Parts: sequence; structure tokens; C-alpha cells
Amino acid sequence: MRFYLSYFKLRFITQLQYRKAALAGIATQFFFGLVYIMVYLAFYESSSNNGPMEVGQLVSYLWLNQAFFALIYMYYKDNEIFNMIKNGNIAYELLRPKKIYFMWFSKIIGQRLADVALRFLPVLIVAFILPYPYGLSLPSSFLSLIMFLITLTIGALLMTAIITLYHVLTLSTLNEKGITNIFMALADILSGGVIPIPFFPVFLQKIANVLPFRYICDLPFRLYSGNISVSDGLFQMLIQVIWFIILVLIGNVILKKILKKVVVQGG
Amino acid sequence: MSFIYVNNISKQFKVVKRPSGLKNAIRSFFKRDYKIVDAIKNVSFKINKGEIVGYIGPNGAGKSTTIKILSGILVPDSGTCKIKGYVPYNQRDKYVKHIGVVFGQRSQLWWDIPAEDTFDLLKNVYDIPEDEFIKTKNELIEKLNLKEFVNVPVRQLSLGQRMRCEIAASLLHSPDILFLDEPTIGLDAVSKQIVRDFIKKLNKEKKITVILTTHDMADIEALAKRIILIGKGSVLYDGSLKKLKSKYDNNKYINIITKDKINIKNKGIIKKERTNNGYKFIIDSKVINISAFLNLISKNATIDDVEIDNENIDNIIVKLYEEYKI
Repeated sequence: MRFYLSYFKLRFITQLQYRKAALAGIATQFFFGLVYIMVYLAFYESSSNNGPMEVGQLVSYLWLNQAFFALIYMYYKDNEIFNMIKNGNIAYELLRPKKIYFMWFSKIIGQRLADVALRFLPVLIVAFILPYPYGLSLPSSFLSLIMFLITLTIGALLMTAIITLYHVLTLSTLNEKGITNIFMALADILSGGVIPIPFFPVFLQKIANVLPFRYICDLPFRLYSGNISVSDGLFQMLIQVIWFIILVLIGNVILKKILKKVVVQGG
Repeated sequence: MSFIYVNNISKQFKVVKRPSGLKNAIRSFFKRDYKIVDAIKNVSFKINKGEIVGYIGPNGAGKSTTIKILSGILVPDSGTCKIKGYVPYNQRDKYVKHIGVVFGQRSQLWWDIPAEDTFDLLKNVYDIPEDEFIKTKNELIEKLNLKEFVNVPVRQLSLGQRMRCEIAASLLHSPDILFLDEPTIGLDAVSKQIVRDFIKKLNKEKKITVILTTHDMADIEALAKRIILIGKGSVLYDGSLKKLKSKYDNNKYINIITKDKINIKNKGIIKKERTNNGYKFIIDSKVINISAFLNLISKNATIDDVEIDNENIDNIIVKLYEEYKI
């Protein structure tokens, strides 16, 4: 455990060196947050019937989406791991007395947490200060705040399991492009990262409910604003945990299979 | 049972065959031609604790593949392998704590940070207790002479400095077995010397078993009493370096300094060459022994000085490769 923490620490420290990147990230998040909100507000004003989410709930959803962007965005490539696979330095990784899967898992989550830690607070603070209807509202209840925090944490683990899985697959395909790109674009949509799930047509909502992706961000953000009730949330949290366990198991089984016929590139 | 026991291991690789050029590239997009290559074929050997073994062979002979199987990275297609009671590729997580591996052509140090920071990370990777870690680290820093650059980002180190840090990184967890895959590749004479002396000392003081692959025969001469020669994936020779030398060491290089002209022809003289102050001979000491040869010369000329050299080990290896047609 201490080892996995030390990986996280090292990543965090490295990430702290890039102050300008963090500032640029914060600015990007603000920009996107405001643009999204303005677009949705325009739709709401021009439409006569109500949308599937209340305005306050929707705006909170969008701000949380921006604040925790690095924890929910699955389109992430760890170049260090990809390079290691391509140039054969994976040989050294295989010499460590640790599970490769969890080494990569902690590397990736360390990077993502470091990204989030540097960005989420300024975004949240400013979003709280902004006037209605642009501002982030307080959580609907204390209980929903607790549920939000728990499901966000499990969601981050779930996201890391998905990211780790396609890093593992790269070991046999040697190329991270192609299929993963298409896959991740779909996953991004189905997670509710582009459009909140309640805006989906019903059949797509059904699909999204079965797949693991919406449990990464849609669930915690809607719990926060009360769009999903705490009692419904408990059941969905169970699905979230089950998906996490399934994906970690799949990742480990595939890795074990691949390592049996692994070829170290470059002699 | 021996410390390292390798029995009949084989490993094949599937290689995509593709002639160069756009046309062939497009063709191979639809239809791939594969070639099965035997990286190693029925390799067997036993190594005892505390031995230093030189594992030699031309490029592509299967040296690195063997090392990777022994260190648990690759899984052999057939055969068994047992090291210190472990099957490397099945019990990888537990086994790798007992070995250190240096790949001369790769790096395990983090590029942007000083080597010492990587050492700290490795401390956690191998769960080394703090006091033990500091003791081992200081010892390695002193013996490999790293003090001046262990705090410099790795990207700014010279190759020799980096390689010394790599070796130190592989030994922090005090392994019993050390695999060195071309550790002196590209190093200058001084760095090579430091590395060799260090390995020798390590083997003597800590009884670490060392398996070393190299193309530099001076490494082998300085370190290994026993060599295993591998070619085209099979073991061709396994025995002492001395025996190998005596078998091929009939050729003597004799430098004679004289002002006189020498005009002799005799059986056993392989080559005669005029130098600016005398002659250079290569003789076969099995056909004509050295004293007979010198006798013969001294009848014809006054010898001012004479120098006798043995065949150098590189030439022996070339001959060996020729004999086995590898």
C-alpha cells in the first residue's frame, strides 16, 4: 500500500511543477462551464415545456462536471505506460515484485487526482459566488452531499479501472489509437459528460443505465442536486461497486493472459 | 538441486515478414506473412551459487531471450526452469525480489529526476526497511563512485555514469542473483574497469551469482571462469574459459626485432610480415614449438629482442563461431 501511495506522491509532486498548465486548465474549465450553461439556458428560455432537469440542478451538474473534469474524463492516455510498452522498457516494470495492474492503476489515479487537486477548488469557489442562474447551488441535503462524495470516489476508481483496462489491452495491440479512440468517444457520451443523461432519448437512457460509464459522473452529480434521490442512489451505488469489481477482474484476467505471450520490443 | 536449473527450454517468436516499399506495405495490410523464429531451442544448463558465468554468442543468438526467461519476464514455450526454488515466470511477484537485472540498452531510472530519487522509489517498490536501505545505498554509492552525480537529473549524466547508477538501482534490494545483459555496452575504458571491478568484488564478498552477457571478451576474461556459448538458439559450449582457450590458443604471435633479413619457410609458420624494425610471425605451436622456431630464426639472424603473445580472446571467439558456423 505504501508503495502505491509513493507512486501517487511522486506523480503529484511532478504535476505541481506545471503551474501554468494548472492555471490554463482552470481557465479552460471556466470557459467551458459558462459556454455550456449559456447554451442550456438559451434552450430553456426559448422552450415552452420544461426540460427533464430543473435549471438549478442542471447548472450544478455542469459546474461539477467542470470542477471534477479530471476525475470523470475517460479519454486519458498515460504516455509513460504507452512508451514503456512500445520501446520495451516494460521489461523493467515486469521485474518489480508488485502487481503490474495495480502499479498502473495507482499511476493513473495518482495523475488524475493530482490534476483535480490543483483545479477543483478555484472552479467551485467561483461557481458558488456567481449569481443565479449561473451559480452552483448548495447540495440538496446533507445526506445527498455525503452520497455525492462517496459515489464520486467510487466513480473515480471506476474511471481508473476503465482507463487501466485499455492500457492493458495496448500490451497486445501495441497501439493505443484506433479502436480505443472510438470506444472512448462513445464512453464519453454515455457517461453523461457531454449531455446529461436525462436529456437522452429513452432507449439511449436504458443503454446508458446498463453500461458502467454513467456511474462515473452522472450518478454523483445528480445525487448532489437531488435529481436522483438518496434511496435510488443507494441502489445505483451498488451497481457502481459491482461494475468496479467486474472491470478490475477483467483487467487482471486479460493482463495475465497477455503476459503469457508478451514480447519485449527492441531486443 | 542446483541453484539455477534450466532444462530444455525453448521459445519461438512469430515475426511479421514485410519487404520494404509502399506496395508491399499495402499488401501486408490485408495479408500478413509470418515467420516462426526459434529464439532459443532446447537450452539446458546448471549454475551453482556464487558462480560468475559469461553467456556469449553473436547478435540474435538468444542471449537476451534466455535472460528474460530466467528473470521471469518471458514465458518459455516448453521446458522447465527453476531458480532458487522458484519457477520465475509462474511466481514472478515473489521471485523477482531475489534477483537484480541490468539491461545495458534500457533504463530503469526516471529520466527527469536524480538517480537518488529513483532509489527512494525502489525502496518502496521492494519494501526495503529504511536503515537497511540507507546502508546499502551508501555502500553502493561509495563502491561505484556515484557521489558526484547521484543528485544530478539522469538526463544530464554521461552513459558511463548512468550505467553505474543503473547497476546500483538493481542492487538496492540486495539480490542473490544478478543478471547483466550487456552492462558495458558503449562504455569507455575507465567506466568498464569500474564496473568489472565492482562485479568481481560483489561476487567475492556477497557470494552473488552473476550471469553476464556481453560482446566484450575483455569483460569475460576479467570476470568469468565459466562460459556458455550459444548460437542460433542452442548451447554450443559450456565449460571453463581456460579449456576453450587452450583448445584454440595454438597460435602464437611472435615479434622479432632484428636488423637482419630473415628468409625462412617452414611448416607451422602461418604468416610472416615485415615491420619497420623486424618481423612479425604467427606460428602454430602445435606444429612447431616456440623454442624450435626461435632456434631456426637465430641460425639465420641476430635477434635483438623478441616478444611473444597469445591469441587474443576475440580471435578465439571468431574461430569458435566459424567452427560452429554461427
